[in-house]
Amino acid sequence: MKEESDINLTRRLLVKTLMAGAAATMLPLSQAYGAASAIDWAAFFQKRFQELTPQEIGRLIIRLEAKYKKTYGRDIKVKTTPPIDNVEFAYALNLSKCIGCRRCVYSCAQENNLSRKPHQIHYIRVLRFQSGPIDFEKAQHYYDPREVPETGYFYVPVQCQHCRKAPCVKVCPIKATWTEKDGTVVVDYDWCIGCRYCMAACPYKGRNFNWAEPQIPPEEINPNTHYLGNRPRMKNVVEKCTFCVHRSREGRYPACVEACPVGARKFGNLLDINSEVRQIIETKRVFRLKEDLNTDPRFFYFFHS
Amino acid sequence: MKLFNFICDATREVIKGGPLYYSWMAFLLLVMIFAANSYGYQLEHGLLVTNMRDQVSWGLYIANFTFMVGVAAAAVLLVIPAYIYDFQAIKEIVILGELMAFTAIIMCLAFIMVDLGRPDRFWHILPGLGILNLPFSMLSWDFIVLNGYLVLNMLIPFYLLYTGYIGQEPNKKWIMPFIILSIPWAISIHTVTAFLYNPLPGRPFWNTAILAPRFLASAFCSGPAIIVLVFQIIRRFSNIKIQDAALFKLAEMMAYAMFFNLFLLVAELFKEYYSATVHLAPMQYLMQGLHGHNALVPWIWTAITLNVSAFVIFLLLRNIRNLKLLNIGCVMIIIGVWIEKGMGLIVPGFVPDTLGEIYEYLPSSTEVMVSLGILALGAFIYTTLAKVAIAIDTGRLRRQ
Amino acid sequence: MLFLLAGNSYAAKEFSVPYPPFSPGIFPCMACHEGLDRNRNKRQLADMHQEIKIIRHGERWCYDCHDARNMDRLRLAGGKQIRFEESYHLCGQCHGNILKDWKKGIHGKRTGNWQGEKQYLLCVHCHDPHNPPFKPIRPEPAPVKPEKTLLNRQPTSK
Repeated sequence: MKEESDINLTRRLLVKTLMAGAAATMLPLSQAYGAASAIDWAAFFQKRFQELTPQEIGRLIIRLEAKYKKTYGRDIKVKTTPPIDNVEFAYALNLSKCIGCRRCVYSCAQENNLSRKPHQIHYIRVLRFQSGPIDFEKAQHYYDPREVPETGYFYVPVQCQHCRKAPCVKVCPIKATWTEKDGTVVVDYDWCIGCRYCMAACPYKGRNFNWAEPQIPPEEINPNTHYLGNRPRMKNVVEKCTFCVHRSREGRYPACVEACPVGARKFGNLLDINSEVRQIIETKRVFRLKEDLNTDPRFFYFFHS
Repeated sequence: MKLFNFICDATREVIKGGPLYYSWMAFLLLVMIFAANSYGYQLEHGLLVTNMRDQVSWGLYIANFTFMVGVAAAAVLLVIPAYIYDFQAIKEIVILGELMAFTAIIMCLAFIMVDLGRPDRFWHILPGLGILNLPFSMLSWDFIVLNGYLVLNMLIPFYLLYTGYIGQEPNKKWIMPFIILSIPWAISIHTVTAFLYNPLPGRPFWNTAILAPRFLASAFCSGPAIIVLVFQIIRRFSNIKIQDAALFKLAEMMAYAMFFNLFLLVAELFKEYYSATVHLAPMQYLMQGLHGHNALVPWIWTAITLNVSAFVIFLLLRNIRNLKLLNIGCVMIIIGVWIEKGMGLIVPGFVPDTLGEIYEYLPSSTEVMVSLGILALGAFIYTTLAKVAIAIDTGRLRRQ
Repeated sequence: MLFLLAGNSYAAKEFSVPYPPFSPGIFPCMACHEGLDRNRNKRQLADMHQEIKIIRHGERWCYDCHDARNMDRLRLAGGKQIRFEESYHLCGQCHGNILKDWKKGIHGKRTGNWQGEKQYLLCVHCHDPHNPPFKPIRPEPAPVKPEKTLLNRQPTSK
C-alpha cells in the first residue's frame, strides 16, 4: 500500500513538474505559435527557383514585392533578369594597385543590402600582408591605420571566386546553390535550409550566413534588386557575392568595380577577346588563390603597375 | 489485432513503474523542457545565440552529431558476434544494442535539426518532396544512410520483440537478411559521416584519407563503452540477465579498436608534423596552440591521456576481470572519444579559417542546454524502449 | 556656360571621359590668359599659380605640357595641340606602356557598363600631373570581429 501511495505521490509530482515546465515552455513556444499563425504558406510551399514556371515566377515576384513593401515601406523592385547568352563573367584584381581602403567592402554592403546589425555581413574581406609572400596564416583582417596605402604592406581583397568547379555547389544537399549559365554562383535564399555545409566547403570564405534577422535601415535599402542577388534576405540562410547580378546582367559593372578609387578591379566577359579581363589574362601574368585545390576560379589576381 | 494488443501492452508497460522510474523520467522531461525553452530562444533570434560564426560555422551540435553516429554504428559490435558467431552471451542482449543504435540515430537527427538554420524547410531534403543533390552531396547521402539505418534498427528489434510477445519463433529467413544488411550499413553510416568532412579541399585538417578509418576506430571504442555502462545499469534495475562474459567480450573488442584509434592518431600526427606544410596549422592549434590561441589544448591532451590510460586498462582487463576497472575504463573512453571526435575534430577544421583568421569557438549556454536536452530525449526514448524489451525478454510481457 | 559647352563638345571623342579635374574656376585658362604676354622663360612663378609645385614628376616647366599659344589646350612634344580631355596622349609620350594598358582597360578605372557605354577616367583623375603619386586616404573601418557580434538584447515580449 505504501508503495502505491508513493507512486501516486510521484505521479502527482511528475504532473506538477510537467505543468510548470509546460508553462515555462509556453513562453517561447507561444511566440513560435504566434509566428506560425503569421506563416506565409505560399512562402512555405514555394518551390526551388529553377523549378518554377514563368507564371509561378510572376506570382512569386508580386508576392515578394508586396512583402518587402510591407516590411520596408518602400517600393522594392525584384528582377529575374536571365543570364546573357555567350557571356561568362570573370574578374581580375590588380594587387599592385590595391591600397586596402575597403571602399569596395562598404559599397558592396550598400549595393547588395547586406545586414548591418546585429550581425554585420561583408562579401569582401580585405587582407593586409607584410611585404613578402601571400601566407594566409599571416593575413591581417582587422588592420585600421590612419591612412592607406602603408609602406611595407600590400593588400589582397578576397570574395567569392565564382569557381568553375565550385566545392560549395557540389556539397549543397538540396541544390539550393548553383552556377548560372554566365558563371555566377548564386543561392536561392528561399530554398536554403541553413546547414552551412557550403561554408565548410568554400576555401575562400566566400559565403556568409545570416546568423540573425538582417537589419538595414529602410532608407538605406537599395530598391533595385534581383531574385538571385540583393533582394532582402531572411535570418538563418546563406548568402554570397553574385558579381552584382542585378547590375551585371544589364551590362553594368558590379558596385565594387565602380567603388575602387584606384581602378584595381576589372570585370567583364571572359569569352570576349577585347574585354578587360580577357586582355589582362592574355597580356599579363595572372594567378588565382589556392590553385592547388583545383577549384578553377573565375577570379584572377595580377601584379601590374 | 495482435499488433494492437502489442502496442497497448507496451504502452501500459511504459506508463507503469516505480518511484525511481518516475523520478528518472520526470528529470529527463524537465531537462527536455528547459532545452525546448533554449531552442525556442534560438528559433526566435536565429543562430546568433550560439557561438558559431562565419569563421567557425559548425560547433557543438555537429560535434555531438558525429559522436552519436559513432555510437549508432557501434551496435554492429553486438550484431556480429551475436548473429555471425552465435556468441550466446551477446545474443541475449543484442536487441538492447540495436535499440541503442535506434536511439542514437534519433539523437543524430535531432542534432542536425537544431543545427539547421531553417528547420521549417526540412521538407526540402525529404526524398520525393524536396530535391536531393545526388550523387554529389555527401550530406544527401548521409541523410539517406542514417534514415535507412534508423528503419533497419526499428524493424529488427520491433520484429524480434513482437514475435517474442506473441510467443512465436522469429522467422529467420525473413529477418536474417535485414540483420546481415545492418552490418555493412552500420559501417556505411560512419563512413559517409566521415566523408562529409573528408573531401573538402579547403579544410586540410579533415582532408586526410584516414579520417574514415579513424572515425570507425573511435566509434568502436566509445559506442561499446556506452553500451557496457548502460547494460550494467539495466542489470541493476531490472531482472534481465546480462552475463559478465558479454561485457568482457565487448571490452576485448574495445581494446583492439582503441589500439587502432591510437595508432591512426600517431600516423596522422607524424604525417602532419614531419611534413610540416602550411596544413599543419590546425593540428598545431589543436595540440599546442597557435599564435597564442589555445582554447582546445587542455581538452585534447585530456582526451589523449584518457584514451591511452583506457587502452592500458583494457589490456589489463584481459587478465583481471574486474568490473569496476572496466567501468572506469569505459567512462574514460566515452569522455576521451567525445572530446577527440567532437570538439577536437569539428572545431580545428575551422581554425584557422580558410583565410587564416583565428576565432576561438566554445559553445554558448544555449548550445549546451539544447544539447543536454537532446541527450535527455535519447535517454528518455531508450528507457522506454529498453523497459518494453526487457519485459518481453524476461517473459513478463506476453500476449494473454 | 562656356565650359558646359566645352564639356559637351568633347564627349564624342575617341574615349568617353568625365570632365577633367580642374581646380574650381580655373578653366578656361584663356579667360585670364587672353591678351596676356607669354613669358616663356623658366622661372619661379611670383604673381599667379605659386601653389603649383612640380613634385615627384622630374624637372618640368609649364610649357612642356601646356600650349603657350592657346592655354586652353595641351601641347604634345611634336607641337600638336590637344584638348584636356585627350591628355592621355600627352602622358603617353613618356608612359607609353601604361597608355597602351589604359586603352585596353587594364590600367586605370572605368565606370558604367562592361558591355556598352563606359567612361574612362583620365590619367589626371587619379594622378595630379603636378604631383602624380596617388594620395593616401583614410581606410573604411575594419569589419566587426566575430567575438563582438552579439545579439542586441532588445526587450522581447517576455
